[in-house]
Amino acid sequence: MRRVAIHLLLIGLAAVAVLPFVWLICASIKTPEDLLGSTLLPWGHLDHLTLDNFRMLRDQPFGRWVVNSIFLSSLHTVLVVTLSSLGGFALAKYEFAGKRVIMVIMLGTMLLPSQVLVPGSYELMYRLHWIDSYLAIIVPGAVSVFGIILFRQAMIGVPDELLQCGRLDGCSEWRLWWDIALPVVRPMIGAYTLLSFLAEWNSFLWPQIILQNEAKYTLPIGLNSLAGLPEYQHNYGVIMAATLVSILPVAVLFFVLQRDFVSGLASGAVKG
Amino acid sequence: MNRDRWWRLQTRAAPYLFVSPFLVIFCVFMLYPLSRSLVLSFEKTIGPRHSAFVGLSNYRYLLGHDRLFGLALLNTAAYTVAFLALQIPMSLGLALLLNSRRILFRDLFRFSFFSSYLVGQVFVGVIFFQLFGPDGLINHAVSIVAGHRVVIPWLSSPNLVLPSVLIASLWLATGYGMVYFLAALQSVDPELYEAAEMDGAGNWQRFVHITLPGIRPMLGYVVLVGAIGGFQLFELPFVLLQGAGPNARGLTVVMYLFVMGFNTGDLGYASAIGWMLVVILLALTFIKFRFFRFGPESGN
Repeated sequence: MRRVAIHLLLIGLAAVAVLPFVWLICASIKTPEDLLGSTLLPWGHLDHLTLDNFRMLRDQPFGRWVVNSIFLSSLHTVLVVTLSSLGGFALAKYEFAGKRVIMVIMLGTMLLPSQVLVPGSYELMYRLHWIDSYLAIIVPGAVSVFGIILFRQAMIGVPDELLQCGRLDGCSEWRLWWDIALPVVRPMIGAYTLLSFLAEWNSFLWPQIILQNEAKYTLPIGLNSLAGLPEYQHNYGVIMAATLVSILPVAVLFFVLQRDFVSGLASGAVKG
Repeated sequence: MNRDRWWRLQTRAAPYLFVSPFLVIFCVFMLYPLSRSLVLSFEKTIGPRHSAFVGLSNYRYLLGHDRLFGLALLNTAAYTVAFLALQIPMSLGLALLLNSRRILFRDLFRFSFFSSYLVGQVFVGVIFFQLFGPDGLINHAVSIVAGHRVVIPWLSSPNLVLPSVLIASLWLATGYGMVYFLAALQSVDPELYEAAEMDGAGNWQRFVHITLPGIRPMLGYVVLVGAIGGFQLFELPFVLLQGAGPNARGLTVVMYLFVMGFNTGDLGYASAIGWMLVVILLALTFIKFRFFRFGPESGN
């Protein structure tokens, strides 16, 4: 009896949690008239389904924004995962001059919110003539203090004997990183890949400041600019279709990396 | 031998080569802008080109005279407190419901609660802008419960700004908190529960004396992450309200930094706002470690 009640409660709560998604899908495959005439959910007129909203997106630079977002988020992820794992490997498995100083400064900056950097970074980008350039997004984003510390913590667990064996077998230090250290922390790479991609995909403040030409917008910037336009106040099916398309790639990536993500999240969190 | 020398060299140089890309970008694009932000906060600027040293006057004005900053601080603090007061019990409650092997389709439930976290704040803002509309889903739902047509001006009434932002952000973050609590709950020793049951402890007693102490470090962590995230709130209200909202009730500290720096164009003043945010977040972190400093060794 109690078990049934708990399950019913969970189903109710899950329905509330999922409802906005269901509504989003309904809204994007409906005509504006059906949408306005509907009661709770735009269920009705199931014979009236339309892809017009998606077709109308072609009149906007929307496709461009999808490509921009995929390009920037993928490049960001590859760079930040590579540089963080390389740096984390050095900090975990080598003794070298200046290591302590680097660690202390890094940990100090970890406490600072990224927004305090924004005015100083903007000034720097202005001097480098990087305003409205992807360089301003890609280059500073290529390093993450959080990422390098994450990899350092994970790679401390790589056995030194394994690395020594590799050296005796004639592996260069580069190969030790690629062939020994990286495979050991594989689940964490999956989790961190997802987190990095998600962060860049959803990033708003910095791209909003840097990107000025509409053709260079990313999805969050572009969608925000569309959502404010008066012509979509009553025809918001188009905006909803755009939002749906904007969420899908992240959902796909999540399903691919889900296993790594859950185990990586749980192992990292229990320690914290 | 030449080959030997090369080999030793690459072994010695490797760590420096490995950290150098990180280090160069870190210094040029983080440490340098950080120091510039500090210097700028003592300057008055018009765009990135013209600036003049003004000493502490940015901070003096910010703390003494700027009513909008006071409002932004108040809005942000109210949001953060309300968010934590609701998110923590909701996330923990969901985790407790799901923390049983006898729940069917546990992974499916867990994913349906967590999935909203994958949606960025901007997209949540765009979706909820429609859901909160006069004929939106939320007003329809309220109408059904009330039994007659109700039109609540969610986004245009000053007093409803905070509840609206809260509803949207709770939808976004409750499942995320749940995942962390579930991980913590699963690390609580089941033998403790069995012992308590034999001693005749009820559900509530078991929760207070075993569950809570067991998840205390995680509780501290989730509270800190929520508080830090709360004080950095920006995109969600900015998109949902298309700006600061009615009577600027949706103005947050970071939104004010953005507006002052990039609409008004005073990078100096924006930097000063940034450093005020730093002070707030450092204070929160300090409080966390002062009061939640209970590691596993002190929890029984």
